[in-house]
Amino acid sequence: MPELSTALLSVRNLKIEATSYPPGEPPKRITIVDGVSFDLAKGKVLGLIGESGAGKSTIGLAALAYGRGGAEITGGEVKLNGTDILALGKGGIRKVRGARVCYVAQSAAAAFNPAHKLGDQVIEASVKHGLMSRDEARKRALYLFRVLGLPNPETFGNRFPHQVSGGQLQRAMTAMALCPNPELIVFDEPTTALDVTTQIDVLAAIKHAIEETRTAALYITHDLAVVAQISDDIMVLRYGKTVEYGPVQQIIEAPRQDYTQALVNVRQAIRHEAADQSRPLLSVDHVSAQYSNGFKVLHDVSLHLCRGQTLAIVGESGSGKSTLARVITGLLPPSDGHISFDGKPLTPSLKRRSRDELRRIQLIYQMADTAMNPRQTVRDIIGRPLTFYDGLRGAAKTAKVKELLEQIEMGTGFIDRYPAELSGGQKQRVAIARALAARPELILCDEPTSALDPLVAEGILKLLAKLQEDQQLSYVFITHDIAIVRAIADSVAVMHRGRLVRFGPKSQALSPPFDDYTDLLLKSVPEMKLGWLEQVLATRRMESAGN
Amino acid sequence: MRLREIPITAWVGIFGILLAIFCALFAPWVAPFGETEVVGGVWQEADAQFFFGLDNLGRDILSRLIFGARTTLFVAFAATLVSFSLGIVLSFIAAVSGGLIDTVFSRFNDLMMSIPTLIFALVVLAVLPQHILILILVMAVLDSTRVYRLGRAVALDVAVMEFVEAARLRGEGTTWIIFREILPNTLSPLLAEFGLRFAFAILFLSTLSFLGLGIQPPTADWGGMVKDNKDGIIFGIAAALVPGSAIAALCICVNLVVDWLLKRTSSLKGGRGDA
Repeated sequence: MPELSTALLSVRNLKIEATSYPPGEPPKRITIVDGVSFDLAKGKVLGLIGESGAGKSTIGLAALAYGRGGAEITGGEVKLNGTDILALGKGGIRKVRGARVCYVAQSAAAAFNPAHKLGDQVIEASVKHGLMSRDEARKRALYLFRVLGLPNPETFGNRFPHQVSGGQLQRAMTAMALCPNPELIVFDEPTTALDVTTQIDVLAAIKHAIEETRTAALYITHDLAVVAQISDDIMVLRYGKTVEYGPVQQIIEAPRQDYTQALVNVRQAIRHEAADQSRPLLSVDHVSAQYSNGFKVLHDVSLHLCRGQTLAIVGESGSGKSTLARVITGLLPPSDGHISFDGKPLTPSLKRRSRDELRRIQLIYQMADTAMNPRQTVRDIIGRPLTFYDGLRGAAKTAKVKELLEQIEMGTGFIDRYPAELSGGQKQRVAIARALAARPELILCDEPTSALDPLVAEGILKLLAKLQEDQQLSYVFITHDIAIVRAIADSVAVMHRGRLVRFGPKSQALSPPFDDYTDLLLKSVPEMKLGWLEQVLATRRMESAGN
Repeated sequence: MRLREIPITAWVGIFGILLAIFCALFAPWVAPFGETEVVGGVWQEADAQFFFGLDNLGRDILSRLIFGARTTLFVAFAATLVSFSLGIVLSFIAAVSGGLIDTVFSRFNDLMMSIPTLIFALVVLAVLPQHILILILVMAVLDSTRVYRLGRAVALDVAVMEFVEAARLRGEGTTWIIFREILPNTLSPLLAEFGLRFAFAILFLSTLSFLGLGIQPPTADWGGMVKDNKDGIIFGIAAALVPGSAIAALCICVNLVVDWLLKRTSSLKGGRGDA
């Protein structure tokens, strides 16, 4: 029989639905994915991109004929090498999953069983499916560890998940997916949880491994710059529907739809650097900090921030950037050095600070979900600082809460909602309003946009910039995203392993000559252009050859 | 809250509890006979006059059941309430403060729990004067060790959440943090425990009565009535089953109401899932 299509995976008119049970209302049928079609040829990579809730993971899992959390595939077909896998029974589908189609989850740390060695978990599926003997599987795992560039591939399999780093774990998971020699791998945001400097290694390893093994892949992410490096085709999704589907070059260089254009052009400069940075509002002077067990997390950090300006603190996880914020707030008093605020020394410990000192410095958290009490309404959340600091009650308080809601560009109709009834971006806005309610002079923003979709994050950044303009607010903005730094900062501090490696006005800090770490950090940020990954890797090779 | 949103099971529970409370309040008017009045033969069969029959001394079981509701309900509710207040407050203070306070409270709690409850209660009740308030307090203090354990565990989970840290950064005091930030988020498991503890309180009270240190005869209480009539079971007399069923029914009613409250608090908009 002649092959009609060369596609390895062919999805036609996929429709996925789920039933939601809103409290106090009758169950509702919702459509998660609607009429999505695509073809994926052998050895090719298709990038699925979209914001959270766009249905991209759901489509990825549909390639394994799996519906997560009550999602049901109700229409269309998913053909793998010509067989409709949706029509296979339970036994049939079991032969497909983990053997012909494999899955790489976002959080490898959560997906590995902490009680078993990595090597055993990597080969488990291949052995269970009877695809190879234990020895053959071990050999293949060793080969894959080498291809993925893992350190000491011979002994890597003997380690437990907690003994290796996050980036290595993600690569081990890729090895696990590649081990049975599958025809298709579904990568579900494999690098989202990693630092940029680690992300680049994992990306390069995944790309190399895919090329080496000639496996087809679905690559799911919300970061267009990442997907541009690894895919052949890109499908942009929104609200479960295809927005645009085409070759990577066309999507990046000539996007046709408005939504795609917005994604490509995200994070253009919002703020120009302030010229005068000489009169500090906050100055941190030779500050060191340690935990009560004696572990030192900050070493001799000195920096300052002027009124009405933004200081961006960049660094990877564990660099001490959040700890610095905790030191400024007084949650972790410094063990050495001192901090002054508005010309006066700041009381080191939170418990001894006066109410006025507390009021002037506010903090916005990364996860707005956990930063607000789920049992309080927006009125209580925003209103409490008003009562607490200014003694507002009753109608005066309600009026002020409404005013703040207007300031954060949300309607007053949200006043009696609970946090669970708000979207991620709205929650972060309410958190900003809570900070504003205290009439602060300095707001510490601890990665307030990193859990949000790019366009929503952009809205939050613009809001912060507008508020800064209106109220002369100063921000300490903690982030790992250089693009944000470029967009909003006046001055930049780069942190690495608890030390400040670079500090100065943005124009100086982000231009050469660089120290080694800043150089690495800047080069690791994915850029929205084709061939960026190859370029960076080539420069790295040249540098190491030159040394 | 609208009345028609209350499920039928909760109505059953509410009805049962109200009935018991009604009996307790109006016992002298509701009961056909007096609490200690001997009205007939020992273990006389039930008939039109004596609805549940007579007990081991010839007293009317229905009347004693109605009078017994007073002591049983009062002591069990009071003891459970006191034990919860005590346990929750202490455990939340420990969870929020941490450090030395947590260690002292928790180790003392361990110390209390390491002594078998019943033996502890017997020793203390034997030494102290026999009074219903002392009985309630002893039951409450002993039971609060269990509440403390649970309270500290659930509060620790919530105390590390960022909204609690945000409250601290605002400068809020411990009282606000405990009652406004943590308590509303820990109500579900605590309510479930309340339903269970209430049942245990009734059983504990009847155990103490059985051993002669609980409610003193001739005052009626349901646990004591089971004890008084237990010998009848050997002769095929069901008198002991009546107060036993009453205990079971009351416990079920309390738990039906608690289940409903539990569902309400956990599915409340903004609830923390179905914890």
